[in-house]
Amino acid sequence: MIRVLKSRFKQGHRTFKFPDPNFPMPERFLGMPQIKESCSQCMKCLEICPVSCIKKSGEGVSIDIGACIFCGKCVAACPEKAISFNREYSLCASSRNDLVISPCMERKALSLRKEIRSLFGRSLKLREVSAGGCGACEADVNVLGTIGWDLGRFGIQFVASPRHADGILVTGPITKNMTLALQKTYDAVPSPKVVIAVGACAISGGIFRDGSEIRGGLENFFPVDIFIPGCPPHPATILDGLLRLIGKIKAGA
Amino acid sequence: MNSQRGIFTPARNCVPVPLSGIEPVPVESLLDAVAALCIAREARIASLFAMKNGSAQVQIMAILADDQGGRLMIGTSLLDADSFPSLSAKCPQAQLFEREIAEQFGIVPAGHPRFNPVRFHHSFSGRDAWFRLEGQDIQPSVIPFVRVEGSDVHEVAVGPVHAGIIEPGHFRFQCHGEKVFNLEISLGYQHRGIEKSLIGGPDGRSIHLVETAAGDSTIAHTTAYCQTLEALGSVRQIPLRAMTVRAILLELERMANHAGDIGALANDAAFLPTASYCGRIRGDFLNMTAMFCGNRFGRSAVLPGGVRFTLDRDGVEELKRRFKNSFGDLEDAANLLFESSTAVERFENCGILPRETAEEIGIVGVAARASGIRRDIRFDFPTGLFSFAQIPLVSCDSGDVYARAFVRWLEARNSASFILEQLDSLPQDGAMGIPVQAPKPDSIVVSMVEGWRGEVCHTAVTGPDGRFLRYKIVDPSFHNWGGLEVVLKDELIYNFPLCNKSFNLSYCGFDL
Repeated sequence: MIRVLKSRFKQGHRTFKFPDPNFPMPERFLGMPQIKESCSQCMKCLEICPVSCIKKSGEGVSIDIGACIFCGKCVAACPEKAISFNREYSLCASSRNDLVISPCMERKALSLRKEIRSLFGRSLKLREVSAGGCGACEADVNVLGTIGWDLGRFGIQFVASPRHADGILVTGPITKNMTLALQKTYDAVPSPKVVIAVGACAISGGIFRDGSEIRGGLENFFPVDIFIPGCPPHPATILDGLLRLIGKIKAGA
Repeated sequence: MNSQRGIFTPARNCVPVPLSGIEPVPVESLLDAVAALCIAREARIASLFAMKNGSAQVQIMAILADDQGGRLMIGTSLLDADSFPSLSAKCPQAQLFEREIAEQFGIVPAGHPRFNPVRFHHSFSGRDAWFRLEGQDIQPSVIPFVRVEGSDVHEVAVGPVHAGIIEPGHFRFQCHGEKVFNLEISLGYQHRGIEKSLIGGPDGRSIHLVETAAGDSTIAHTTAYCQTLEALGSVRQIPLRAMTVRAILLELERMANHAGDIGALANDAAFLPTASYCGRIRGDFLNMTAMFCGNRFGRSAVLPGGVRFTLDRDGVEELKRRFKNSFGDLEDAANLLFESSTAVERFENCGILPRETAEEIGIVGVAARASGIRRDIRFDFPTGLFSFAQIPLVSCDSGDVYARAFVRWLEARNSASFILEQLDSLPQDGAMGIPVQAPKPDSIVVSMVEGWRGEVCHTAVTGPDGRFLRYKIVDPSFHNWGGLEVVLKDELIYNFPLCNKSFNLSYCGFDL
């Protein structure tokens, strides 16, 4: 017992403040992409992009961070250094289109159903469904339960049955083999319910988007309340998305 | 061994062999030779797969590993019929490989004792071993499970969606009271079609597909992939700087996951202090990987020919400072667990995998070493920095949950001293990579890396245009899921979480 207490003393209190404007993101973290208006649209970036998430449009070049795996190859390929990624971890959006980033685009505020905040603002129970994930998104969702992140303090908890849940959080490109299980889990959650897509795979199919074994894009199945991009998203990105969903982080913050 | 001469071509880890040097033999002779070597424990199956070589015939490739001799053996056979005699009954380590061949190419291993699909998908070749129609949906885990009948016998079905944040899989227990007669595991839910997508590569997507073969083993899989391209692209050796970074990243991956597993095991024995400390410490190690590449799982860190990132002197000092702190915390948390008689009591004699069984079913990695088998790619088939800098090999004889937990802790300790040593000698100048030529045509290369779970084995076969005719990935989980089934026999069902955690196998690495 004394040994346990001694160890408890040594390990100390490790829960950190969140949200925190000075949150220590890794120096080389790739967050929100930024495209300079001066981009001449040579499209070298598109040629190298492994998920073809870069497009030429009326407003210039755009990057779809709902498909982007944040490999950074476009940054290296751009002869004009017109693409860069900042270290912003807050990347979520409530509409699929808002994930398409173009030059001088204003970040759109989330538009969420009103009932989400009133019903789930103080307590949100989620069922996680891994539908073809590589385990990385799952790991970084899981890590929110550790003492550092302490998800419970925000009233969010992952539960063991869809019957106990207020919504589902889905990772993975929705493999053919998980389609039925995902549908059944969704159906088993009582309404009204929230749907959260975490990671490039769940949002768009990610690196597997052209594969024959996946169905890709959670939106093809259910209305999605919030998209949290990344490959995998950093835990801070996921937590930020969850807190914005329930109104614990306000727009503009 | 002499009788096998002429059937197998000797090979080494990461050294390409021209396909013309591997003489096809009749499939019966090949499989008999595989079985003979495995039964005599002179070698084990590292990989066994089928491929299309451009002709109408399906070609079987067998890659055997002789751990003691540090050498590989490659044998091949061209199939004229759509079946071959199964060797699974006498050589159980072949059973999943044979089912996989059937599923991918419609070739039936005649006489297979448990002939079920592995991942529940349509074949690559259009020929289906279970006569399912092309457009027909395949339902996963719809198979005749082993059933035990009797008045007091009950069946427990778990999954595919599990109670925590875990990947999907289906487990079927046949129980009498709390005693498990049989556990059958049916996977495939995570099947994303990686191997099929890799045919015709390498292209811009290939490396990213490999990175996500098993997300928690990104460095191991990506290193194995880069080693195949380097071997095929006439790279004799990558720069020391890149080699050192790769080795540090691989061991950081091991530290993070071993720390996480020690915590998860403590959690399942309801020993909460270690469980909560280790959950955080695991994250610390992931954050150290992110110091190199910005990503906690090491995405985009390893490239063909070298690495994309390194750390300067200040970065190295900062990493060392953080590493020492976190390792100190891990040491405290692990000692707390292993000094706790109540927790250790739960681990001991639970889920025993005897050495003989482990050999027979071809177990690799931590689970093999915990059953007393001294098997480790870093030691037996070293590549990169491990050819020059050895990490002591850890093994334990008892084969129980305790052994698998304790081997993890001892390995983490050894990796820790290795990382600190290598950080001190991390070269600060010189190239971080060298150019890799286009892959040699008509060649085969086997690339193995000791990931934190065990042996990651990639085999690339190129055609006349240097493109992949086949890129075969074997995650350690493919060898080891059978081990979990075995240890549950006659075990109590409430010990399943402990046994499962002590193996901690990958669903996505298996499903690909």
